[in-house]
Amino acid sequence: MNKPKTSIFFDSWIMFKRCLLISLRNPEALLMATITPFFLMFLFGTVFGNIADVGDLNYIDFIVPGIIMQSLGQASQHSAINVATDMTKGIIDRFRSMSISKYAVLIGHTGAGGVRNTISTTVIIGSAFILGFRPQGGFVDWLIVVGLLMLVNIAISLIAVLCGLISKTPEGSSGLMFPLFILPFLSSGFAPTDTMSSGIRWFAEIQPMTPIINSIRALMLDLPLGNSLWIALAWSVGIIIVAFTASTQVYNRKLS
Amino acid sequence: MIKKMIEVSGLKKSFKTNHVLKDVSFTVHKGNIFALLGSNGAGKTTVVKILSTLLKPDSGNVSIGGFDVVCQGDYVRGCSSLTGQFVAVDEVLTGRENLYLIGQLKRLTDVKSKVDEWLSFFDLEDAADRKVSTYSGGMRRRLDIAMSLMGNPQVLFLDEPTTGLDPQNRIAMWDLVKSLVAEGTTVFLTTQYLEEAEYLADNIAILHGGKILAEGTPQYLKEIIPQRGAQLNFQNERKAVEAMKLLNDKGITVDSIEKKLPSIEEVFLTLIDEKKEDSNHE
Repeated sequence: MNKPKTSIFFDSWIMFKRCLLISLRNPEALLMATITPFFLMFLFGTVFGNIADVGDLNYIDFIVPGIIMQSLGQASQHSAINVATDMTKGIIDRFRSMSISKYAVLIGHTGAGGVRNTISTTVIIGSAFILGFRPQGGFVDWLIVVGLLMLVNIAISLIAVLCGLISKTPEGSSGLMFPLFILPFLSSGFAPTDTMSSGIRWFAEIQPMTPIINSIRALMLDLPLGNSLWIALAWSVGIIIVAFTASTQVYNRKLS
Repeated sequence: MIKKMIEVSGLKKSFKTNHVLKDVSFTVHKGNIFALLGSNGAGKTTVVKILSTLLKPDSGNVSIGGFDVVCQGDYVRGCSSLTGQFVAVDEVLTGRENLYLIGQLKRLTDVKSKVDEWLSFFDLEDAADRKVSTYSGGMRRRLDIAMSLMGNPQVLFLDEPTTGLDPQNRIAMWDLVKSLVAEGTTVFLTTQYLEEAEYLADNIAILHGGKILAEGTPQYLKEIIPQRGAQLNFQNERKAVEAMKLLNDKGITVDSIEKKLPSIEEVFLTLIDEKKEDSNHE
């Protein structure tokens, strides 16, 4: 008898299609994950827009990068919930008792999460224009923004997969994602960090959201970029490596 | 030659200080049904998980189809299939999509027609394009097992396949298992229902306290315990009373006479059958 063939690419592709199909059957989830940041943007842009002092910039232009990060966090909850559902509802035992590649399920979930996040982010950027968002960046700037967002997207999807693996219940897994909803507020996303009190300012400046948001903002609004793009890239790649390694470790330990 | 499909010897497994399996050994031949009988918490699921490579044994040898579960896991997974204690299907997908997914993962050629085959075999054609969340318990279980059978595994592990099923579906499941075995599949099942093991299995092992208390054919297991008297059956009470008189005349004492009433299960099934015939006539 020949050794059964497994291919991580093929198996992950099938799992990716499965995860997407599951998302398609639950469009309300993605809708909610997009509506929430949209209203946040609407409220901040209209209610606080007039009192917020962000120098020469329009407040709506200023907050779009922070809102994008919010939307990534919101949309990623569903990756966490879906992973936790697979892990707790016995279906993972079926997959693991078949001769398929070990991490295909995790990769499939990460990929489907990436697609959901991309849809959510695209809708948010599109609707920002209706609320008065007027970016200044050129074509190359936008290409860099898209590239950076893709990296950040994968990083956050992997964090979501990790949360789904750690959590004991699907409900609990979205709770573990809570810091991701808060971090954009404790960053340069909604107010310049130099307006913050010293403790919060210190935190805002060392956490990854700030360099990511600063990079996107500088590229979109044609502002000086400084070294924030490199710091943002380093954080994204670092998070991807750590979250992926941790996920595979937790996955192996949970199932032996 | 009779081929040994499942061989377990000296299997041990502990979870921290909880010694679930202390010394478990048994053999299952090709094309047989083997029932592992035990109460809740006896370790039946642990055995199934080790056989299907989901758990690693602490010690002992376990081989499926001649392949070792520890160092040849890929081969074991390739020739066997697991239906766990809890139905493992995607609720939001349809029955057809669930089967299709497994067919693709098993790289079957001609997945579409195989899916149709199993749908009709399990009487799920009408529900094939409905979400599984609308299925009844029996339908879910049937779909679950259909998913395990995609790709015709040589060995099928069934962990408490009839728990939670109504009597009709339970009997349908029994018929199904028998028909699979007729086609050469080897079935290993766990159960807590004694009559299930007795009806289905070629061999039964009783798992208790981490060890196999007894193993053998249902007939053999019945013989190892002292006989509890003999039973004569008569069509009705009148004949029984007459027989009792005759026996007493011959000096053989009869201790008691007892009317044999149908079990509630028999009543239920008879009524349902009548109902079915009625509706067929209409």
